[in-house]
Amino acid sequence: MSDNRYELNKNLAQMLKGGVIMDVTTPEQAKIAEAAGACAVMALERIPADIRAAGGVSRMSDPAMISGIQESVSIPVMAKCRIGHFAEAQILQAIEIDYIDESEVLSPADDVYHINKRDFKVPFVCGARDLGEALRRINEGASMIRTKGEPGTGDIVQAVRHMRRMQAEISRVSSMREDELFEAAKEYQVPFELIQYVHKNKKLPVVNFAAGGVATPADAALMMQLGAEGVFVGSGIFKSGEPEKRAAAIVKAVTNYDDPALLAELSKNLGEAMVGINENEIQLIMEERGK
Amino acid sequence: MRIGILAVQGAFEEHRSVLQSLGADTILLRQKSDIGTLDGLILPGGESTVQGKLLKDLHMLDPLKEMINNGLPVLATCAGLILLADKISNDENTWFGTLPVLVKRNAYGRQLGSFYYKGDVGDISDFNMTFIRAPYIESVSNNVDVIATAYDHIVGVRYKNQIGLAFHPELAEDNRIHQYFLDAINSYLFT
Repeated sequence: MSDNRYELNKNLAQMLKGGVIMDVTTPEQAKIAEAAGACAVMALERIPADIRAAGGVSRMSDPAMISGIQESVSIPVMAKCRIGHFAEAQILQAIEIDYIDESEVLSPADDVYHINKRDFKVPFVCGARDLGEALRRINEGASMIRTKGEPGTGDIVQAVRHMRRMQAEISRVSSMREDELFEAAKEYQVPFELIQYVHKNKKLPVVNFAAGGVATPADAALMMQLGAEGVFVGSGIFKSGEPEKRAAAIVKAVTNYDDPALLAELSKNLGEAMVGINENEIQLIMEERGK
Repeated sequence: MRIGILAVQGAFEEHRSVLQSLGADTILLRQKSDIGTLDGLILPGGESTVQGKLLKDLHMLDPLKEMINNGLPVLATCAGLILLADKISNDENTWFGTLPVLVKRNAYGRQLGSFYYKGDVGDISDFNMTFIRAPYIESVSNNVDVIATAYDHIVGVRYKNQIGLAFHPELAEDNRIHQYFLDAINSYLFT
């Protein structure tokens, strides 16, 4: 991948900032998401809550299903491939997907190696729980990062944990003496140049979204106040009572995340939120996939 | 001088940091009460469908439209250009509709069609233009000046107080277009 292409791919993530990326499984849902103000949609056959319920191996979605969604909306369309499954990624690139999510939500195809994302022209977003994971994915060619959270639970606790940890580690690296950065690179298991970038700029070299467990406008506002640059909502919308209304409210909450009076208005009468599962009730820990 | 930057979604922080480096006061417009009096307005890149919807839902579309019609200088980039256009060839929506041009959304296709192009923008030479899932302008009314083209398509126009660009000057690490915008406001070139 040429440097130019990587820069253009980082630029696209910049254009998504302040926005909400919504999981959709059909063209109809994609249209609802677009009309509600989604800045992009994630096309997948089953949303994380259903993947969790169904069990079994979870793979890339049918390209015909993804293409159907590409044709139904004008906003960018993303799709997921399994961690390490570069052939699935090649297929998604062949159908000109706008962003590939190399995602722990699907069953990993490789328990050692991630995809060499530098080999691709299309951009990648990857999940991370801390600064080390984020910078390792960026080193592999990811042009956007999101927290892993714990997908399909409707429980925000893991996303909060991951975002706080990442921000704390960024602050720590930023405040180091320069001669301490070499040791930091070793500690975080990442290249020195990326640690140096974080030290100098006090942020990741790419856009950083929140994902995993966002179910309400308040969840979205919480993640934005903790430093997210935008939000992915997976199961939270189409597993709720009134998807259109909830989707539109979460979009507005991301824009005005620091206005509690407006957030109160947005949170009224949204119907039933997704039921959700607590951390200690789940068997399958997706965040452990891909380190 | 107080420059408002529409901040409902997209790359508004990038515009803010360029303008601040040039010494301008900026205000992020997230809802109607943020607007106040403005000397200039930036419409940033992002998704025009999202920005247009939020402009309406947050009650900013009409007041800003009135200000633009009354001569408020505007610099609009990418999605911002789509918001200004009075016709969009592949979308039934229009938003401000104050700029008499016909715009095509996602005119270069999906992300694989995104590109850089070096060219002149008005009197500014060799500007590095960044096109991200960009629109271009298919046609303009008589009194609209074309200030930039790329591969035979119109990608920059000026009409009275409005500058519309299909690309992203805020990503260029080159502040000449923003400087031009501020100078033009200061010297009342737009009035």
